[in-house]
Amino acid sequence: MSRFNEANEAIAHEIIARYPRPKSATIPLCHLAQEQDGYLAEDAMAHIAELVGITSAEVMGTATFYEMFKLAPVGRYVINICTNISCQLVGGEELLEHAESTLGITSGSTTADGLFTIEDVECVAACTEAPACQVNYRYQHRVTPEAFDTLIADLRAGRRPEIPDHGTLGATRQHISEDRVANITPPEQQVEPAWYAARNATGGESA
Amino acid sequence: MTEVPRIVTSRWDTLDAHTIDGYRRSGAYEGYAGIKAALDRSPAQVLDEVKAATVLGRGGAGFPAGIKWGFCPPGVWPRYLVVNGDESEPGTYKDRVLMERDPHQLIEGCLIAAYAIGAAQVFLYIRGEMAHAQERVAAALNEAYAANLVGANILGTDFSVDIVLHWGAGAYIVGEETALIESLEGNRGMPRLKPPYFPAAKGLYLKPTIVNNVETLSNLPWLMVHGAESYKSVGSEASPGTRLVAVSGHVNNPGVFEIPQGTTTYRDLFYGEQYGNGIRNGNELKMFIPGGASAPWFFPEQVDLPLEGRTVGAAGSMLGSGAIVVMDETTDAVKACLRVVRFFARESCGKCSPCREGTSWEEKILQRILDGHGRPSDLDLLLDVADNISPGPYPVAAHPDAGLDAVPFPPRQTTICPLGPSSVAPITSAIRRFRHEFEAKITRRNALPVSAAPAAPAEVAP
Ligand SMILES: Cc1cc2nc3c(=O)[nH]c(=O)nc-3n(C[C@H](O)[C@H](O)[C@H](O)COP(=O)(O)O)c2cc1C
Ligand code: SF4
Ligand code: FES
Repeated sequence: MSRFNEANEAIAHEIIARYPRPKSATIPLCHLAQEQDGYLAEDAMAHIAELVGITSAEVMGTATFYEMFKLAPVGRYVINICTNISCQLVGGEELLEHAESTLGITSGSTTADGLFTIEDVECVAACTEAPACQVNYRYQHRVTPEAFDTLIADLRAGRRPEIPDHGTLGATRQHISEDRVANITPPEQQVEPAWYAARNATGGESA
Repeated sequence: MTEVPRIVTSRWDTLDAHTIDGYRRSGAYEGYAGIKAALDRSPAQVLDEVKAATVLGRGGAGFPAGIKWGFCPPGVWPRYLVVNGDESEPGTYKDRVLMERDPHQLIEGCLIAAYAIGAAQVFLYIRGEMAHAQERVAAALNEAYAANLVGANILGTDFSVDIVLHWGAGAYIVGEETALIESLEGNRGMPRLKPPYFPAAKGLYLKPTIVNNVETLSNLPWLMVHGAESYKSVGSEASPGTRLVAVSGHVNNPGVFEIPQGTTTYRDLFYGEQYGNGIRNGNELKMFIPGGASAPWFFPEQVDLPLEGRTVGAAGSMLGSGAIVVMDETTDAVKACLRVVRFFARESCGKCSPCREGTSWEEKILQRILDGHGRPSDLDLLLDVADNISPGPYPVAAHPDAGLDAVPFPPRQTTICPLGPSSVAPITSAIRRFRHEFEAKITRRNALPVSAAPAAPAEVAP
């Protein structure tokens, strides 16, 4: 697939409007594309380039720097297993091995049914809850091999509805209504905020 | 133990603290009373209050926030505030909890800082992998906008500023402030050449930009409500207030704790009942990382040091991001060293060659030593590669009884940013202390029977 559908194009415009320069929206828009298609498709990058006013090569240049952007389809559930130091000390590597053997794939690959991708990742900021993993960036803390098996069984049986398909990050989006926006303009058009000048001149009184 | 003051964690036990009502109702100060108190003063007065309190940055370098804010060049507009919520230093786990459990506290902190510096806009950059934190902060921002607490005419006054949630996509190096700014501009997240040393001079869109850590800003509402004097009554004179530390690894009770700065020791954290509660299985402590994967290791001799930036720096390491990783006697020093080095090799952005090439060589050499294929010259080679990234004596923890003076932190570097030199920390720490473990792995290979091949030269086992 694919360019943004109509609903997502509207969201894309809303996101772009929050930045002083449209290019700053590149990464959020790549996420939006991944939310729509499960991965970052070439047509989506071309569409993002049009929307923010750069070339699709530039979008790809940015996207390929970041591990979360997948330029080819991945499993419905991407399982990131942390093997960094705090997790390693209490079984992170064993958890990865367990995951690889139970799912019959190696880190970085996807099961034949397209359900699961496993990744061996760096610290996910859950170090005191080690060993830790994430499923589509939803945290699972203190994961024993048994807990991992239960997790897989639950995912297969659709018992984890709070975990969306790969690509969706935050379920809540920021929304700034038009009457509440303070002042979002390009840096060239910005001057010293009136309130700042006035309040420093008067020692705290508003203008 | 006396009651530990809770400055940033006072709502962690309140289930609905992430909502605006929960924030207002609970905690060590009334939610959004801090920005009201700030608005009764001039921006310059708020800046003075933060300077007087000596709020040290909690992102790693420990630079005083008020002083940094003062670096914005006068008369150059606009100024931006960027919040660093990219938390990815191995062992570090605190900013995510602050964002998930008390997002309004962070938003209020952003407002206070934006007011003090005259910010045109605030960008709250959250690590890409933290979906729940993004949800919580987005929901809190939506509530705060609706309640006239963010955006145009905040609380009915002339003070107006937008806070925009931004999120990353997986790259540790983006935590470095100039890389964060590149990423926020829509680019590959590579650090910028220095000087300028602070983005306060040239940052986002080459305009003056203040970058502060999530925890740093989360301190501000309490500070505005209770004042600099109360803030300084907690902690030590050089490092007032509290700090969040994550104690992980081989302790019985790993966790994120808020401790007064400068008065709590590592021993308290490892063995104190309310903290780590002892090493697992009653084992002995072998070594620990005192402040994130970038920090040189400490050993049992250092457990009585207080968690205070200067003290830890003078002892040859750093407090960094408050990430403390405890390793017991069963830990393989070579394996632990390799794991930390591999992190830096994987996360090197590739912009400068000493780091890009050096970290991957360090990883390869350590891997072959661990796999039993090490060569006798490997330790010298490893130290030589390390020296190309960070020339001269590398900071190490020393023991006065052994007649060794610590080389104080930070190290020298041939690189654009401190990531490359950070990979040297575990290497010098481990080789200096546990050289025999490396040598044992290297000589074991030669001791292995090698079928019909000519006998290897005899190696003396350590
Ligand atoms: C490689 C590297 C990674 C960093 N990662 C983070 C991070 O994840 N979060 C953070 O707040 N600061 C991080 N920093 C420090 C920032 O560059 C910056 O000093 C900090 O955000 C300033 O905020 P503070 O003054 O409030 O501490 C990192 C620095 C380096 C060199
Ligand atoms: S030291 Fe490493 S991470 Fe930092 S700029 Fe150079 S290559 Fe990039
Ligand atoms: S080391 Fe695994 S979550 Fe931090």
